[in-house]
Amino acid sequence: MAIDQPLVPQPGDQTRIHNIGYRNYNGPRLGRAYARRSLYSMSLRGSYGLGRSVKSKVLPMLLFVVMCVPAAIMVAVAVATKAKDLPVDYTRYAIIMQAVIGLYVASQAPQSVSRDLRFKTVPLYFSRPIETADYVRAKFAALASAMLILTGAPLIVLYVGALLAKLDFADQTKGFAQGLVSVTLLSLLFAGIGLVIAAVTPRRGFGIAAIIAVLTISSGAVSTLQAIADAQNSTNAIPWIGLFSPVTLIDGLQSAFLGASSAFPGGVGPSHAEGVVYILAVLGLIAATYGLLIRRYRKVGL
Amino acid sequence: MTTAVVRVTTFVDVTVIATESLSKRFPRVTALDRLSVDVGPGVTGLVGANGAGKSTLIKILLGLSPASEGRAEVLGLDVATKGADIRERVGYMPEHDCLPPDVSATEFVVHMARMSGLPPTAARERTADTLRHVGLYEERYRPIGGYSTGMKQRVKLAQALVHDPQLVFLDEPTNGLDPVGRDEMLGLIRRIHTDFGISVLVTSHLLGELERTCDHVIVVDGGKLLRSSSTTDFTQITTTLAIEVTDTDDHPDGTRAVRDALHARGVDTHDSSGLPGAGHVLLLTATGEETYDVIRDVIADLGLGLVRMEQRRHHISEVFTDTDTSTSTGSDAERKEAVGHGN
Repeated sequence: MAIDQPLVPQPGDQTRIHNIGYRNYNGPRLGRAYARRSLYSMSLRGSYGLGRSVKSKVLPMLLFVVMCVPAAIMVAVAVATKAKDLPVDYTRYAIIMQAVIGLYVASQAPQSVSRDLRFKTVPLYFSRPIETADYVRAKFAALASAMLILTGAPLIVLYVGALLAKLDFADQTKGFAQGLVSVTLLSLLFAGIGLVIAAVTPRRGFGIAAIIAVLTISSGAVSTLQAIADAQNSTNAIPWIGLFSPVTLIDGLQSAFLGASSAFPGGVGPSHAEGVVYILAVLGLIAATYGLLIRRYRKVGL
Repeated sequence: MTTAVVRVTTFVDVTVIATESLSKRFPRVTALDRLSVDVGPGVTGLVGANGAGKSTLIKILLGLSPASEGRAEVLGLDVATKGADIRERVGYMPEHDCLPPDVSATEFVVHMARMSGLPPTAARERTADTLRHVGLYEERYRPIGGYSTGMKQRVKLAQALVHDPQLVFLDEPTNGLDPVGRDEMLGLIRRIHTDFGISVLVTSHLLGELERTCDHVIVVDGGKLLRSSSTTDFTQITTTLAIEVTDTDDHPDGTRAVRDALHARGVDTHDSSGLPGAGHVLLLTATGEETYDVIRDVIADLGLGLVRMEQRRHHISEVFTDTDTSTSTGSDAERKEAVGHGN
């Protein structure tokens, strides 16, 4: 019978005690925290296609390169022309590259969670010591980290290049730090939004489309409305409209607190008071996406 | 299949699963209704029609769904408070498909082993071992998407066993398998206990399957306990003997002659009408060794030839028919099968 293992000796060999093959496991069982860490590292690697097929490595790696190449060019130009400053602020870089970031989150968030939902693998996790919150935290942290790598790497390129070009150290370090804070918030926000959408669309294709739609439609609508407001000279409305898309949220927040120049029409960012609303909105959204994910997985778990 | 298992399994008589008037009510249905059962080590079957509350019970036992009332313990741990500890020591094989098609069985099971808390190296070793034990060899490196249903069931079983649990819950493991695959799966389930020393709770809506595989069977219906007893109880409380004899010139109707002679010696026979070859088969209840002696003597005295004398076992399905067990219907093939599975 097929299930008999080859180690079982031939019939007739009844005289010796044979090894039936099964060995018990007496080693360590590392429990929840370890399982959560494993899920985190596997998901993070998976976000760049590591440990997956060659095909799934192509897109994330390509996007990573696309993110970094402009930074490298800027650095090269700055070094060659002995410029006094980098052509682009650290905080502006992610805003300029928002399309690439959107594409990345749209491709990797569904990859991270939709498969488990679609193929009903989720109950297998929750029949183990790992719990809903562990799963959600690991997946959230993994995607946010992957996005931080994507958005942080070009900043590092810029910073290293700026130092090589012997630009002002204190100035550059300050800008770099502000940039990092900004992309950290952006990574958390985008990862949360991407995961929530992906977690309610088990079909990967729909998930990708839905995330792209949410990101582009919201930022497109907000930019249009802001432009209209600017044309009608109602500049007071511009910062408030900016609250309604993820990219403009980050943009507004960093121009209020992180010394960034705003991409809003007219170049008018929110004031400090309005900026507080932006901070609350960003943190609130991140918390809300986490809460929604927990709720979603309570429901689907087994 | 049963290779000589030389392994001293010292099972203390402990309870693996215990429930005490366990109830689970949903707004519109009562999934479990004051269920009280004790399950010992070994292979235990949980039988019931679809919707009888089997899956609900497993969820509660895994500590994933709180009971409406009553309590339950798994491996001596309370399901309400020690869910995580329980889940570290048990394995679970769901009824539905749960495998991603684009990874290989090895990758998938390694991942699940790590989710159970096994360190990376141990996870890989245990995965290789477990996949071999469930009968997956070279194909384990291929993506699961290309597997047959039988192979997928083996992968599902492997992920439930990979962390060497003390107990596994198998939810309808034979679903969707052809007869050969079914037999192999049942053999595998048997080995999980005999060779691996892991207790098993296996659900099925097919009674015959479990009779062959389980030491103990629990029958639930509508969330209520219908019956809980060992399969030896089910099949051996009374041993019904079927006897067939030859006819001779002295006794043209040998069967009648034996029946009369047995009656004269105080052994009652049963009505065997309704059975195949009814006129030639004599059914009686053996109350002990002496009954066999009486039969032997009677037949020898009459000078008849004994064509066959075999034990008739009851089938678990008779739990449901609730008729006089001796007159239960059953085809010849089934009867032989029942006799053949005395382990």
